[in-house]
Amino acid sequence: MAKTLNPNKPLVAHHNRPFTSPIASMIVSVIALVWTIPTMGLVITSFRDKESILSTGWWTSFTNPSFTLANYREVLFTGGGALGSQGMIPFAVNSLAITIPAVVLSVGFGLMAAYALAWIPFRFSDHVFYGLFALQGVPLQLSLLPLLTFFASGVQLFGHQIIPPLGIVGTLTAVWFPHVMFGMPLVVYLLHNFVSALPRELMEAARVDGANHFEVFRRIVLPLSLPAIASIAIFQFLWIWNDLLVGLVFAGGTDDVAPLTLHLSNLGGTFGSKWENLAPAALFSIIIPLIVFFSLQRYFVRGLLAGSVKA
Amino acid sequence: MTWSGLLETSLPKFGQIGAVIAIFFGFYALAFAAGARIQGKRQNGWALALFLVPGIALAMIGLGIPAFQTFIESFKSADSSQWVGFGNYIKAVKDPDLRLAFYNTMSWVIIGPIAVTALGLALATMLNKMKREALAKSLIFMPMAISFVGGSLIWKLMYQYQEPDANQTGLVGQIMKSLGIPLQHLLLWAPWNNLFLIAVYVWSSTGFAMVILSAAIKNIPQDIEEAASLDGASGIRLFRTVTVPMVKTTIIVVLTTSMVGTLKLFDVVRTMTGGNFKTDVLSNRMFDEHFVYFNNGRGSTLAMFIFLGVLPIIIYNIRSLRAERQH
Amino acid sequence: MLKKKSLLVGAAVAVLSLVVTTFTATSASAAGCEEYSKWKGTGTVKIFAGIRDPEASTMEKIFAEFTKCTGVKIAYEGTDQFETLLPVRVKGGNAPDIAIIPQPGLVATMVATGKAVPISAATRANLSNLYNPAWASFTTIGGRIYGAPLGASSKSLVWYSPAQFKKLGVTIPTTWTEMEAVAAKFKAAGANPWCAGIESGAATGWPATDWIEQMVLREQGPKKYNKWWTGNLKFSSPEVLGAMNKVAAWLGTSSQVGDLKSVATRKFQDAGVPGLKAGTCGMLQQASFYSSMFPAGTTFGPAADADAFYLPATNSKFGKPIMGGGEFPVAFSKKKEVGFVQDYLSSPVYGIERANAGGWTSANTGIPLSAYTDPVLKVVAAQLQNKAGAIVFDASDLMPTAVNGAFWKEMTKFYAEGKSMKDVAAAIDANW
Repeated sequence: MAKTLNPNKPLVAHHNRPFTSPIASMIVSVIALVWTIPTMGLVITSFRDKESILSTGWWTSFTNPSFTLANYREVLFTGGGALGSQGMIPFAVNSLAITIPAVVLSVGFGLMAAYALAWIPFRFSDHVFYGLFALQGVPLQLSLLPLLTFFASGVQLFGHQIIPPLGIVGTLTAVWFPHVMFGMPLVVYLLHNFVSALPRELMEAARVDGANHFEVFRRIVLPLSLPAIASIAIFQFLWIWNDLLVGLVFAGGTDDVAPLTLHLSNLGGTFGSKWENLAPAALFSIIIPLIVFFSLQRYFVRGLLAGSVKA
Repeated sequence: MTWSGLLETSLPKFGQIGAVIAIFFGFYALAFAAGARIQGKRQNGWALALFLVPGIALAMIGLGIPAFQTFIESFKSADSSQWVGFGNYIKAVKDPDLRLAFYNTMSWVIIGPIAVTALGLALATMLNKMKREALAKSLIFMPMAISFVGGSLIWKLMYQYQEPDANQTGLVGQIMKSLGIPLQHLLLWAPWNNLFLIAVYVWSSTGFAMVILSAAIKNIPQDIEEAASLDGASGIRLFRTVTVPMVKTTIIVVLTTSMVGTLKLFDVVRTMTGGNFKTDVLSNRMFDEHFVYFNNGRGSTLAMFIFLGVLPIIIYNIRSLRAERQH
Repeated sequence: MLKKKSLLVGAAVAVLSLVVTTFTATSASAAGCEEYSKWKGTGTVKIFAGIRDPEASTMEKIFAEFTKCTGVKIAYEGTDQFETLLPVRVKGGNAPDIAIIPQPGLVATMVATGKAVPISAATRANLSNLYNPAWASFTTIGGRIYGAPLGASSKSLVWYSPAQFKKLGVTIPTTWTEMEAVAAKFKAAGANPWCAGIESGAATGWPATDWIEQMVLREQGPKKYNKWWTGNLKFSSPEVLGAMNKVAAWLGTSSQVGDLKSVATRKFQDAGVPGLKAGTCGMLQQASFYSSMFPAGTTFGPAADADAFYLPATNSKFGKPIMGGGEFPVAFSKKKEVGFVQDYLSSPVYGIERANAGGWTSANTGIPLSAYTDPVLKVVAAQLQNKAGAIVFDASDLMPTAVNGAFWKEMTKFYAEGKSMKDVAAAIDANW
């Protein structure tokens, strides 16, 4: 793709817009509205008291408004005593400490692997790519036990300890790496699609100028891939942020490393029906991903060209 | 907990975040510097070792080896103590419930990703350079930030059935009642209930398709669009002749990842119906067998079926990639 | 999510008692730390369980007292993923120090991994001195005991609204026939005699399995009941199928419970709330932990908002058998302080504090009935403390998990798809 790049033209210009008709605006508005309704229900529910939540639908609040902030007070600052009455913030910190490094590592390793598979010629390059691709089909639940055993007991072969126990179970490190591992096939696949579509001329020109793989990667691939990196980082962020299983298996034990999702599942109640707690807690837990989305969104818009001017 | 106490426990964690990122970038800065000194043929080897080997090793440890173990265990008994040959496979093929789960999985894998990709593409195209693009995108993206389990709980509430004369607590029921449509047990209404479950997935994942496709659309070189519109193309024709061909590979990528994702996805089914009411899917059965019934043999067999389902998708990808390279 | 039913067992909590009575742990601190002197130690004991808020907060407050007096810290972790993750963590080498397991079947699975540790002599002494001997048998594997019950609940209860009973001019039935007469009165008044709802996420169907179990126990007695869950008496046998058909007549027709499909999709939590109070349905067969489903402010007792009575026997052959549930703290570490915590949990020191906090019952006879503030729970505790009576455990929790799962799923089909009891029984039998 992109054989006729013209780096001198600004990307966001006013020209014929394919679909900027009133009909299109209407369709988009309707879809956006429909997509928002369930979340809006959640927002309204979060301000209602337990009795009203159980007896009437949330939309009746429009005609019959009665709102309370008690749910938020409880959930944010005092509630969820099972892990100490400290509210949600410490758990949000834990979730950040799990998510940020895991995202950086998986996108970092993933981008390099994608570049290698796309631009470094070697035998079986295709086979490696397809093999990695196929691993997307492995449900991560199947990996929990083997990986935990590996972390906790190392590797034994015929009675000999080949790799010693890593001694990381229960620490953040033991949570980062499984996330990076489980995300690797998808991250590489998505980034490969992008990196392999970079203009060949650009790469070859750089090589002719004597640039090696490391320079090409740093000076061309990295800046040009920013939009892809941003979008994939967001999805990795969301998936890891919303994970409960991996955190529970590999961290497991104390408030020090427990993610927000664990706190959330606890707030839901033994009977899983405490909407007055769940609604505000769930909304709190999507705030940070949304902030990340907003702050990375501008990179989506900055297309290939903006980057190539710099490079 | 006080704010200073919070700060005290949080600082070390932020320290750890900083440390691991610094180590990662520090290591690669040094490795790059070292690598740049190597010239000639050997450089490829160095680059591969630094670029590719870590990623592959991580994927192999985390997924490859466990997948191989699963393959072996699918030929063993429930507690993996005896070999049973193809026993688990034969049982699975004969099981009528499993056949239903297979058909349901097929409809998930076909309907869900196509709906998600089509919607995502339509939205990305229409939203491109539209007023308040960012706002609309954010609204549609928002469900992505809610986990599948959370989303399923929300939708379960939306679908909730109440007797026709009672107060409706589910929005869908309320709408049907207001419109005079006879109320239905939406989650019991086989086979349509599968569609209601897939709707939750579509709601949740359209943001994914939209964001990725939108990035691709924004990368369509402007000259091409301009040339086409000078030729008089606009609206649907521009979409068909320029947009779709230009983002075709991205469409395939979105479709592929969604298909593989739905093949493995069970949170929605598990949360909303528990696999009851004729809505069971292979991945939910796999989870049951593995983690509820502790039948490793059968669970592994089902995992192999899921894995086999990925094969056609891979083959299609290989073909389209080859075709593109020859192009 | 998985075996929610069992998670609930014994985790009975009246939200009411937490909200209305402002609970403080002052009683123990006033009494000082003498009772705790034998458990002095150091270190942290990690407990992992399916119990979540608000029960978990209550537990933690009581644990704080233990930590203050002994120096042993307790780190508690509760999640709905407990049943999925415990086996993974134990087999993978990241076992908690203590797991509170509600299913004897899962205890057996954990013992089979070789990582579980039998209870200490002190805990064993508590178990044999303070409990009906039946309780020790539930976690005895290979001649060793792995857990003493922490909380316990009675499942043989029927919930009702005293106001509605008064309106109809009926009193608490003590025989099955009397209960049928009460049901007929409700029917005549235009209400459904029985409240019912069996939806519970991935564990949908479990309340219906309880009904079958109650009937098998009442019709066939404890001996046949035990033969049944061990797999020696088939679901399709005339004995069990007969009981299943009785349940079909009792709680499986629309004249008894209303629309059958609604039973399959109604959350079990919502089965009797607000139906009982509103009088749209008359009675609800559900375990003692159902008390926590009532809205905050509900009072319990024969003259209060809600009450429960013993589900009568259908005949006089087997006395008044009770079906109960419970949860067992199983240790995965031989550390001294882990034994201390296990011992503490089986002792009245913990039990009395926990009973005071409300919404919880135990089979521990060391807890005086006066410690239970709620009249309904007092009755339940008295039933559970009975040392001589026949107590059986929830059969489906004792069956192999695959059979248990099929039991839930097939009972759901009975309600959702109109599958006959005969076909249901045959389909479950295929899983042995």
